[in-house]
Amino acid sequence: MSLPPLVEPAAELTVDEVKRYSRHLIIPDVGMAGQKRLKNAKVLCVGAGGLGSPALMYLAAAGVGTLGIIDFDVVDESNLQRQIIHGQSDVGRLKADSAAASVREINPLVNVIVHNVALTTDNVMEVFSGYDLIVDGTDNFATRYMVNDAAVLLGKPYVWGSIYRFDGQASVFWAEHGPCYRCLYPEPPPPGMVPSCAEGGVLGVLCASIGSIQVNEAIKLLAGIGEPLVGRLMIYDALEMTYRSVKVKKDPECVLCGKNPSVTELIDYDSWCGVVSDEAQQAATGSTITAAELRDMQERGDDILVVDVREPNEYEIVSIPGAVLIPKGEFLNGSALERLPQDKKVVLHCKSGARSAECLAIVKAAGFSDAVHVGGGVLSWVKTVDPSLPTY
Amino acid sequence: MSVSVRIPTILRTYTAGAAEVSSEGATLREVLQKLEADYPGIGARILDDKGAIRRFVNVYVGDEDVRFSDGLETATPDGSQVSVIPAVAGG
Repeated sequence: MSLPPLVEPAAELTVDEVKRYSRHLIIPDVGMAGQKRLKNAKVLCVGAGGLGSPALMYLAAAGVGTLGIIDFDVVDESNLQRQIIHGQSDVGRLKADSAAASVREINPLVNVIVHNVALTTDNVMEVFSGYDLIVDGTDNFATRYMVNDAAVLLGKPYVWGSIYRFDGQASVFWAEHGPCYRCLYPEPPPPGMVPSCAEGGVLGVLCASIGSIQVNEAIKLLAGIGEPLVGRLMIYDALEMTYRSVKVKKDPECVLCGKNPSVTELIDYDSWCGVVSDEAQQAATGSTITAAELRDMQERGDDILVVDVREPNEYEIVSIPGAVLIPKGEFLNGSALERLPQDKKVVLHCKSGARSAECLAIVKAAGFSDAVHVGGGVLSWVKTVDPSLPTY
Repeated sequence: MSVSVRIPTILRTYTAGAAEVSSEGATLREVLQKLEADYPGIGARILDDKGAIRRFVNVYVGDEDVRFSDGLETATPDGSQVSVIPAVAGG
């Protein structure tokens, strides 16, 4: 299924533009007409992180006339392993500003629009309405469903990509011509069930593999060439080195783009996707201690057992002194419980406090009523108790 | 009926790291039952408490999403490839 070009061509290319884009112009499928369409195109990249980095760099180099960058975050040293649009000197700088500077260096002909804000239900419709196409490079389910819903409600196509460890997925969602993200995954996983890249890790170069597929599809949609990845899901396995595509059908029962939609406006995505589950929220209420409080307990010699619920490789990177490792999976299958002492207060922690809250709910339900967890996890310990330790 | 099952990274802790394992059954339901018997715990990551396929996991037989065919009763002829594709959100 080929689709008509998304963008009308610009009136002309300047002499400098012809010189710069000559390797595109001599491809018959792109040619002057295609390059003029790119020049006239307005593309928004949501997130200037792992996927946003290669996507923005290649979109800029390709000659997309207007590039929007939306990101509220600042560059952290742990981003540099994969977010190649940022460099060492950008640490601490707003990602959108840092990315804009790189885009201008790659191609000064691009008009860059910086949105130094978080994308929210209050601004998403207005921000999206200024663009022809959206590239989704966000890192959480709540934002992904919001991007999808806003794109469907505005009738805009978007190129979606997602990564985890060695696995990548990509597709084009355009309700007018095919399925939307909700047709593929009707509901987000419950909180705590699917680890994020910050918890599970991601191979840096995987961002390029998936980000470049996203750019490839964006260019095809803008110029109206080739077979777009509409109605197909591309699945990349970097360990096996396989690319496979499977069909994605438009779900007639889809609550957003189906025959009888029940979702007709934006919803509260944070509560729908749940940052942590209700059980964890409840368990953590009144049973959350700070890293400094844990240090005080240890210094007083309180009778406690500190349990680190992260994965072994995370424990190797940095851990709280005296903590024993029992990964979250062992709480989920119940085997952790028999390793917990009945006569000591159990103190759980993870990287930032989400996984330990989930485990706390399990531990409390099993009768360890005085158990607590450390808010902010080992990251908070490093920040407030021992800044000499590494973070990740 | 021998079928191969593609295991995503996120579930490979159950299969000792194997990306593809073999299973048996005439329908997807039987294939997943055998998979759970061989790799305890993996079934609960694919099916919910009521035994239905979780809404954030897609299971394909060949390149068809079973949600749009016969669900767990989808036939798995000899040599079929079953793929488990969970939602991931990293970016």
